[in-house]
Amino acid sequence: MNNFFTDYILHLADTTLILAQRNTEWCGHGPVLEQDIAITNISLDLIGQSRNFYQYAALLINQSTNQPINRLTDEDQLAYLRKEREFKNLLLVEQPNGDWGQTILRQYLFSQYQYLLFEQLQNSKDDQLAAITAKALKEIKYHLRWSSEWVIRLGDGTAESHNRMMNAIDELWRYTGEMFVPATYETQSAADQTGFDCALLKDSWLQKVKTVFTTATLPWPEKVFMQTGGKEGIHTEHLGFILAELQYVQRAYPNSTW
Amino acid sequence: MKIQIRKFYYGDIPEENAGGNELKTASSIPPLEAGEASWPLWEIFIRSKQGLDHKHVGSLHAADAAMAIENARDVYTRRQEGVSIWVVESKYITASNPEEACELYEPAADKIYRHPTFYSLPDAVNHM
Repeated sequence: MNNFFTDYILHLADTTLILAQRNTEWCGHGPVLEQDIAITNISLDLIGQSRNFYQYAALLINQSTNQPINRLTDEDQLAYLRKEREFKNLLLVEQPNGDWGQTILRQYLFSQYQYLLFEQLQNSKDDQLAAITAKALKEIKYHLRWSSEWVIRLGDGTAESHNRMMNAIDELWRYTGEMFVPATYETQSAADQTGFDCALLKDSWLQKVKTVFTTATLPWPEKVFMQTGGKEGIHTEHLGFILAELQYVQRAYPNSTW
Repeated sequence: MKIQIRKFYYGDIPEENAGGNELKTASSIPPLEAGEASWPLWEIFIRSKQGLDHKHVGSLHAADAAMAIENARDVYTRRQEGVSIWVVESKYITASNPEEACELYEPAADKIYRHPTFYSLPDAVNHM
């Protein structure tokens, strides 16, 4: 299997893992008990998806001829022992939780993208990727419903909640452009129909988000400079701190099990 | 003659906030403290399998019925407990008064003839 396809799978794995890690920071701190459980449930869904992707990536890496037989990798090594510059997640998902409004907006913007992307990837020529994304799609449908309702609830809520959503848009909008700028491995995977060209998702994503923002009485964001780089390993300052926490145990006590 | 009917409510609904209370006026509801949870309480009923009854599983807070369904899904069906959810705002449930238990239930205690245990079943009847 080609290296670019492995990179593509790792990109999908890293994105879901980092968003899951961010959402778990709410565990025990949610605004009400029920929403605390809701956001951590979504985290668990995303961790499950990232495990599927990491396991598949490990299989691809181990099958490639370059990998010495005594240095086989696995899902844990890929998640816990790669460095910041090797992570290919979207910049959007590594952004801080901020307040509840910022967290649910980040979730909504991503879930809307992930839904459109996985809808295409379930028809991938690669059977394993098609199966993983088809399974994940059911979870994403719920994430999308949950997060879009929250965007509407807060946007169309009180003056306070509306302002907080406006601040969240200010904070996050600049990281949305990256989703539709394909990295090399995405273009190559799209070309052999294992992946999908994310640039083609842009119009329908904008249209869906516009509908939700309109219902939420949130003004359409002005054009801003869009940050890119996450897909190629160039991250914002936040990822290093996430990994420091995420990888601490495995690095402090290598190969420990419990 | 004016008959006073006192309703008893299930859960943590203060009486002045409960449904069906004629005496409720806007001024009788104390203003919420800052940061106090103001979402109403909902009772959750889950059907574990097709063909079975919905069973009361607990209660939770939610802003509206749609959110109550979603919260119930997240709180009560995480381990495949259900295939259907009903929610009803707790204030719409009227409960019997525990203090009236003696007049409500005890009279039935010595009327064992109301149980169908005094009939002899024909041999042909199975599965009783």
